[in-house]
Amino acid sequence: MKPAPYGYARAATLDDVFSLLAEHGEDAKILAGGQSLMATLNMRLSEPEVLIDINRIDGLAGIQDTGDTIRIGAMTRHVDVEESDVIATHAPLITAAMEHVAHPAIRNRGTFGGSIAFADPAAEMPACAVALGATMHIAGKGGTRDIPATDFFKGLYETAIGEGEILTAVSVPKITAGWKSGFMELARRHGDYAIIGLCAHLQVSDGKFGDGSLVFFNAGDRPVSAPLTAALLNEQNWSDELSEKLSASLKDELDPPDDLNADGPMRKHLAGVLVKRTLAPMAGA
Amino acid sequence: MDKNVDISLTINGEKVTGRVEARTNLVDFLRYDVGLTGSHVGCEHGVCGACTVRVDGRIVRGCLMAAAQADGADVWTIEGVTETGEMKPLQEAFVERNALQCGFCTPGMLLTIAELMERKPDASRDEIREFISGNYCRCTGYQAIVDAVEMARKGTGKSTGAKGDSA
Repeated sequence: MKPAPYGYARAATLDDVFSLLAEHGEDAKILAGGQSLMATLNMRLSEPEVLIDINRIDGLAGIQDTGDTIRIGAMTRHVDVEESDVIATHAPLITAAMEHVAHPAIRNRGTFGGSIAFADPAAEMPACAVALGATMHIAGKGGTRDIPATDFFKGLYETAIGEGEILTAVSVPKITAGWKSGFMELARRHGDYAIIGLCAHLQVSDGKFGDGSLVFFNAGDRPVSAPLTAALLNEQNWSDELSEKLSASLKDELDPPDDLNADGPMRKHLAGVLVKRTLAPMAGA
Repeated sequence: MDKNVDISLTINGEKVTGRVEARTNLVDFLRYDVGLTGSHVGCEHGVCGACTVRVDGRIVRGCLMAAAQADGADVWTIEGVTETGEMKPLQEAFVERNALQCGFCTPGMLLTIAELMERKPDASRDEIREFISGNYCRCTGYQAIVDAVEMARKGTGKSTGAKGDSA
C-alpha cells in the first residue's frame, strides 16, 4: 500500500526539531532511519501529519570512546555499529546481536537510536541496552536528561521519551575484565524477528559465574530481565543440573505472550534452551 | 505544511530534479517519475527486497525511503549498473546457472549480491544465504543463486567452483 499524504520537514538542528514538535505535537513523527516507520506508514498503521526528518542534523551520528563508556549517537546506522572495532572491543554483545537485526539493506539505513526509541519488544538493541546497563540521553527544549535503560522502556512501543523530546545518544559501559557477553536468538529465518532471544552479560571467572544479567526479548511488552534466575548462577560452575535449575526457574519467572509463532509455554521452554546454549560456552563448558 | 518537496539527485550518473509528493517512496519515484522500471515493488514494507537500490554506495529498500530523503544522493539502479558493465560476470553467471525464472527478484538480488561480493568476498555458502536472506525468490529455491555467486567470483574468492554443493 501507499502511505497517506503527510508533510515533510527537514530539521537542520535540534532546535528545529523542538520547534516542530511544539508546533505539531502528536501529529508529528520523527523520521530517523525509517526502517520501521516507513513500513507502518505504507501499511497505514500510522498516519502522521508531519514527518520530521533528523537525518541531516550534525552531531547525531557517530561512535565515541568517552573513557568508561562508549557513546553511540542516535543516528548511527546499524551497519556502522556492526563494523565498529570500538564496539566489538568494548561492547561485544552489541556486535554479536547486530548481524541478527533484519537484513543488510535494512541495517544500511536503520539507526541504533531509532531501534531504541521505537522500543519494539522483539528487537535486539533494546535488550542489549538493558543487559549492558546503558544510559539513554534525551534532549528537549528545556535541556537534556539521562535515563538508565532499565527505566527507559515503559511498555509496548512506549519509552520515557516525553512530549517534545528526542533521544540523542546512548552510552554503553565498557565491558570490564572478568565479564563476558553472550547472545542468541531463535528465528524461523535469518533476519526475521526472533521467536525469543537472549542477551546475557555475566561475570565469569575460571568457569564460575558471578554477577550479571539475563535479558530476554520478544518475551513480554519490553525487554524482560530475569534477575531471580540470574541470581542462581552466582558461584556456580556450568553443569546439567544447573541448566535444569535455570530452565525451571525461567518457567516461573517469565510470562511470555502467545502469538502465531509460538505460545507462552513454548517460549518458556525455548528460554531454557537459549540459556543452555548461550551460557555453557560462556563458562567454557 | 507543504506536502510536496523539490529534490535534486544523481541517478545512474545523471543529474535529475523533480518535485515529489512527500509520501512518494524512492522506488515509486524511480519507476513512475523517472521511468526506471527495473526496480520492482513487491511487499512495500521492507520484507521482500524486490525494490533494492543503491544509495550513496549502499543497498537500501526503495520502499522504506522517501524520495524526499534522496535529495542530494547518488542513486544507482539495475539499469545503471547494467550499463556500466559492473555486474556482467554476475549477470552471466545468473543466466548460466539458471539463477532466475520469473526474474521479479533478480534486480534486487543482483544489487544485494554485488554488495556482498564487495564486503565479504570470501563468504561461505551459508554466509551468502544469510546475506540474501532479505531478498525473496519464489522460483529458484536459492540453490542456483548461490551457485551463480560462486561461479561469478571464481578466481577472486575461495570459491570451490563445485556444482550443486549443498548448503
